[in-house]
Amino acid sequence: MKVLVAVKRVIDYNVKVRVKPDNTGVDLANVKMAMNPFCEIAVEEAVRLKEKGVATEIVVVSIGPKAAQEQIRTALALGADRGIHIETEEEVQSLEAAKLLKSVVEKEEPKLVILGKQSIDSDNNQTGQMLAALTGMGQGTFASEVVVDGEKVNVTREVDGGLMTVSLNLPAVVTTDLRLNEPRYASLPNIMKAKKKPLEAISPADLGVEIAPRLSTLKVEAPAARQAGIKVADVAELVDKLKNEAKVI
Amino acid sequence: MSILVIAEHDNSSLKQATQSVVAAAKAIGGDVDVLVAGENCGGVAEAAAKVDGVNKVLVADNAAYGHFLAENLSELVAEAGKGYSHILAAAGTTGKDFMPRVAALLDVAQISDIIRVESEDTFVRPIYAGNAIATVKSSDSVKVITVRPTAFDAVPAEGGSAAVEALDTVKDAGLSSFVGEEKAESDRPDLASAGIVISGGRGMQNGDNFKMLEEVADVLGAAVGASRAAVDAGFVPNDMQVGQTGKIVAPQLYIAVGISGAIQHLAGMSDSKVIVAINKDEEAPIFQVADYGLVADLFEAVPQLKEELQK
Repeated sequence: MKVLVAVKRVIDYNVKVRVKPDNTGVDLANVKMAMNPFCEIAVEEAVRLKEKGVATEIVVVSIGPKAAQEQIRTALALGADRGIHIETEEEVQSLEAAKLLKSVVEKEEPKLVILGKQSIDSDNNQTGQMLAALTGMGQGTFASEVVVDGEKVNVTREVDGGLMTVSLNLPAVVTTDLRLNEPRYASLPNIMKAKKKPLEAISPADLGVEIAPRLSTLKVEAPAARQAGIKVADVAELVDKLKNEAKVI
Repeated sequence: MSILVIAEHDNSSLKQATQSVVAAAKAIGGDVDVLVAGENCGGVAEAAAKVDGVNKVLVADNAAYGHFLAENLSELVAEAGKGYSHILAAAGTTGKDFMPRVAALLDVAQISDIIRVESEDTFVRPIYAGNAIATVKSSDSVKVITVRPTAFDAVPAEGGSAAVEALDTVKDAGLSSFVGEEKAESDRPDLASAGIVISGGRGMQNGDNFKMLEEVADVLGAAVGASRAAVDAGFVPNDMQVGQTGKIVAPQLYIAVGISGAIQHLAGMSDSKVIVAINKDEEAPIFQVADYGLVADLFEAVPQLKEELQK
């Protein structure tokens, strides 16, 4: 079966985020960018499904500027077979991303679509669910285990209070949580091979989707800084402070 | 304006998060109705009717909603939500699952995890793991919003006397079914709404050592949490994770034990009123946000803490 994986180019998770002085956003100039960590887990899961003989082809898609092709190449080096780049310099919000991906799903007809549960920049946690709604598919969000069984997929989900397993008809959408797998690193030979794998570039207009954001960001501020407090000498002093100074116990 | 709040519950009791979402709805203004969707959830509907400031309670009681499957719930909410200016739910794993689906069915954006209401169309939410705070304005006719419960003081559970109205529409998308669940059973308070939380990190070394934290928690009436490192290492289950991708907590007192203080962890607890850090590494970043820091070996400090608290 064919698996479609969507990946996003975001700020590297190790980079210290700085708000621009004019409060229009976060400073991304000369900042290291990388594949969103949850998307890496999505790619890894697809590659494992292929290694198990469940998946036959992995198509990776990314929406974003020209540079997003780096992340598609990374996914190809990890084991995806071909890439689709939906190129746009504009800000793409979740609903539009879902509409763009829906067009790709209609063309490619994958049995399974795997996405990260959220991107670490906008922290929205929306696109997979929206894609599932628009394509009329079932969804297994925040997945910690994915088992394909004939025309169904069982997804174990990380939920408040524990784990929950659902059975979904295929085709279906899965979004990844942290413990689904531990992504591998791409080997040098595979990075070289990935350069020769097919990568198709298209525009939102090619897919008949207009980019029209519904949300406008009025300002972006740094959070109120928390001041470091004091060091206490021992447990007795700590308990005394909590009782008599902070009065929280 | 009229606002529909989707209740968070487990078919037997209404979660306190719902009262926080009602508080957010009141901050927006207008009539606040509550939708209780579940199976054999009549008791929850009665509880919702008593919540202060609720105008009307809608109940959709059917097996199709028993496990809160997003495919079924979203179709119900998209239909029941017609005519409302805002649809709100708590940003827990249930709300995060079905609400974006509602938004897509209504062809509107979702505003995730709001922490403040500026006006009926403008909201404040954290991005980049809380390292930046964005103010966003929606141009959609219906605002679909998930609310961070810890950012809004819950309205009183008593004081209202809303009418309860049954919804007969049954939406079963037939796309998904419930297979099973593993719920962590605990007599301690719920992590997300506990007044005191004590969390352990990689420094705990193994799952057995979390018993030390549990003993302190039982003295304090606290919930026990963990950092991602402790969950990834398999010390404790995932539902204990506090952080950007786990639970967001804001208790009166947060005690971080053997937690270094990665930015992703701070994103989940830095709104706590008082933060205590116990760590043997005095350079650990957790001390930069702690009100009270104790540089000590946790294996000595935690038993002492229990003893001192019992005095």
